[in-house]
Amino acid sequence: MELNLQWMAWTWQTGLFFVGIFLGLVAMSLWQQVSPTVERVGILGIVTTRGDRFFISLLGSAYIHVIWIGFVDLDLLWASALSIAYAIAVFRWV
Amino acid sequence: MERKVNQKAWFLVLPVVLIVCFSALIPLMTVVNYAFQDTFGGNEFFWAGLVWFEDILNSSRFHDALWRQFLFSGLILLIEIPLGVVVALSMPRRGLGVPICLVLMALPLLIPWNVVGTIWQIFGRVDIGLLGWAVNSLGISYNYTTDPLSAWVTVVLMDVWHWTSLVVLLAYAGLRSIPEAYYQAARIDGASRWAVFRHIQLPKIRRVLVIAILLRFMDSFMIYTEPFVVTGGGPGSATSFLSVDLVKIAIGQFDLGRAAAMSIIYFLIILALSWVFYTVMTAKRRDDMEVGQ
Repeated sequence: MELNLQWMAWTWQTGLFFVGIFLGLVAMSLWQQVSPTVERVGILGIVTTRGDRFFISLLGSAYIHVIWIGFVDLDLLWASALSIAYAIAVFRWV
Repeated sequence: MERKVNQKAWFLVLPVVLIVCFSALIPLMTVVNYAFQDTFGGNEFFWAGLVWFEDILNSSRFHDALWRQFLFSGLILLIEIPLGVVVALSMPRRGLGVPICLVLMALPLLIPWNVVGTIWQIFGRVDIGLLGWAVNSLGISYNYTTDPLSAWVTVVLMDVWHWTSLVVLLAYAGLRSIPEAYYQAARIDGASRWAVFRHIQLPKIRRVLVIAILLRFMDSFMIYTEPFVVTGGGPGSATSFLSVDLVKIAIGQFDLGRAAAMSIIYFLIILALSWVFYTVMTAKRRDDMEVGQ
C-alpha cells in the first residue's frame, strides 16, 4: 500500500521543523528516564517540571518568532538566537 | 528495595494517542505546511516563505477581528460569571424545585449551536421576531442586520442565554458541596448574607469558577456558528470574530496560505491563554493540597 502524503503539502523546511520538535520530545523523555525531573519554584512563582520548562521555551520561542516576523526588520536568525537564549534562561531560572 | 514501574500501562493510552494524532496533530501539521505555501487549487503548492505571516500580522483586518474577539469574550465573561453565581445562589437547595431548576438550566445547553443561532435570528427580526418587534415598539431603534450595536447586543445576549446555565450548574455543584456546618457556624457568629458569600461560599466555589471562566473564555474565543447564523459577521464586519474571518479567508476566498498563517497565530494565542488558565488552576489545587497537609 502506497502512503500518499501529498495532501499534507510537506516541504523539507516544515519537515525539518517537526523532526526537531519530535527529537526534542524524545530527548526530554530519555532525560527523564536517566534523571527524573524535580519540581521547583522559579522566578514566575509557579511549580514547574522540566517538561513545563520545555513547553514554556517552545511557546515563548514561537511568540518571539511571530513578533519578529511582524514587527522587526532584522534577519529571522536573530529571533532564533534570542529564542535559544530565552530557552536557556527558562531552564535556568523558571 | 528498588520499586518496579510497569510501563505496559502506556499501551492503554495508545488509542487516545492515535485519535488525537488523526483528529488534531496531523491536521495541525498540514496547516503549518500550508502556512508557508500558496496554492491555486489542483493540490499544487508553491513555496511562499514568511509572506503570509507578515501579511496577517500587519493586517488591520486581523487586528480588528482580534480586538472584537477579546471584547466579545471579555463582555460575556463579565455578564455570565456574576449572573451564573447569582442564579446558582437563588436556586433551591432541597425539594421539588431542585430537579425542576436543574432541567430548566440544562435545556439551553442541549440545543445545537446552529439551532440557537436560528432561534435568535428569528427572535431578533424586526418584522416577525418578538424581541425585534417589542424593542422597536418601545421606541428604541433596533435592527441587527443594519446596526452594529444591535448586532453586538443580539450576539452577546444569545451567548448569555445559551451558556450562563453552564456557569450556574458548575457554581451550584460547588455550593452544594459546602457542608451545612459552615452555615451553622456563620449563623452562630451572626454573619450577614454578604459575609457568608464572601468568606464561605465564594472561596469554596473558587475552583469551579476558575474552570467555568476557562471553559467560557476558550469557547467564546472560538465562537463561530451562532454569530455566523445570526449576522454572518455583519453588518459590514461588525461581528466578524476571528473564526468567522478565518472561514471567510479559507473557504470564501480560498486563500489557504493566509488562512493557515492566521490559524497558527490564533492557535498560539489560545495555547498561551490555556496554559495561563491551567497554571492558575493547578496552582490553586497545589495550595489547597499544602493547606490540607
